[in-house]
Amino acid sequence: MRMLTFAKRNAKEILRDPLTVAFGLGFPLVLILLLSAIQANVPVPLFEIERLAPGITVFGLSFMTLFSATLIAKDRGSALLQRLYTTPLRPLDFILGYTVPILPFAVAQSVICYAVAIALGLDVTVNILFAILFMIPVSVLFIALGLLFGSVLSDKQVGGICGALLTNLSAWLSGTWFELELVGGVFRKIAYALPFVHAVEMERAVIAGNFAEIFPHLWWVLGYAAAALMLAVLLFLRQMKKQ
Amino acid sequence: MNAIRIEGLTKRYRDVIAVDTLSLTVEEGEVFALLGINGAGKTTTIKMLSCLTEPTEGDAYLLGKSIRRDTADVKSLIAVSPQETAVAPGLSVRENLALMCGIHGFTKEKREAKITELTALLGLESVMARRAGKLSGGWQRRLSIAMALISEPRILFLDEPTLGLDVIARSELWDMIRSLKGRVTILLTTHYMEEAEALSDRIAIMKDGKLLLCDTADAIKATAGTQSFEEAFVRIVKGVAK
Repeated sequence: MRMLTFAKRNAKEILRDPLTVAFGLGFPLVLILLLSAIQANVPVPLFEIERLAPGITVFGLSFMTLFSATLIAKDRGSALLQRLYTTPLRPLDFILGYTVPILPFAVAQSVICYAVAIALGLDVTVNILFAILFMIPVSVLFIALGLLFGSVLSDKQVGGICGALLTNLSAWLSGTWFELELVGGVFRKIAYALPFVHAVEMERAVIAGNFAEIFPHLWWVLGYAAAALMLAVLLFLRQMKKQ
Repeated sequence: MNAIRIEGLTKRYRDVIAVDTLSLTVEEGEVFALLGINGAGKTTTIKMLSCLTEPTEGDAYLLGKSIRRDTADVKSLIAVSPQETAVAPGLSVRENLALMCGIHGFTKEKREAKITELTALLGLESVMARRAGKLSGGWQRRLSIAMALISEPRILFLDEPTLGLDVIARSELWDMIRSLKGRVTILLTTHYMEEAEALSDRIAIMKDGKLLLCDTADAIKATAGTQSFEEAFVRIVKGVAK
């Protein structure tokens, strides 16, 4: 109950920042529309809607990291957390309170991205529902990164690290904008050592109905999500103790 | 029973001693001020007493509960209004109060009663629907104190409660603090001499983490041999420095 009260507050704080919500939900849609327009004029296999939509949907989740990290960093900076640490809220209430309300936003964003993709010609199949379901571990990964960065960075630093660096990294290293094979070498190796391209390839396999091909990508996503969550919890507890 | 009994409380950060073997007691219902220049250790003391920072040595007992061993019990007895504004900026004043009620597990009836009571006590009626982040510093400070009072604390820590407020807002906040006298034990830190003198039953003067003197304002003036409290404070702090 206490956790839900705190989670509800966090959801309201996010929803009441219209610029953030509009940018977070709107920007991925603009990209889908823009790249689909390019595809209509100059056909590129990478930008075919069944390959593009999963990539943009995963990319859109980097904004969830920005949402959650900004909220936590601001709370730390404003001493609101200091006040709440002197209440009966337990550490688990804080961690769930910051992660649980972002999950519906993440799912909503995935639904909106696939809905737009359907309008742009993506075949309507049950695989879209599975694709949204498989986005949940990916969402957990991005939300955990938000908890992690929000626990160690100030809100200004969050803007730079999550708003600029993470969104670019998750875009460039995901194989959404260009084939990683085109660059090859160390760049490709780094990309495949990180979870973003695995999340995109897993989603593409699900949309295509090739469920056998979701492996090993699913393991990469689950592994990174679990590791990010554990590290985030440790760092959050550490900053809590440092208060 | 003492509301607060501090025994040899020490906080060390590497080679800096923020609070040095502090010992004092505060009676139930008393308004007690911690006074000192910057870096005296006032805020660190409040942080230790409110279980936000672990002491390096020593202990303190709040209504008999140890800040080291009984942190959950201590948290149920206290509330803190930190130095910085500690409100949820995107929520309205009412929602901020409701948030604290929910966190303390109040029923709907108790929540409504508490919000009504504190709204009247702090004079928040005219700003109830406004977002906390859009309020002036004075209103935010009032809201912050109302949020601290939600849990019906037996001990209230006010860290620089009137910092940055104009004369009128400060005077109104003083009235509010006076209205709590006797009902709640209040430990406040301040830089303002007149505030400590006007509000407090007793005053502790700290410097470099150490307690220099703890007495009533009149007794402190008598000890320093001055008419004004500010002058007494300066003499005591400088006298030790010499």
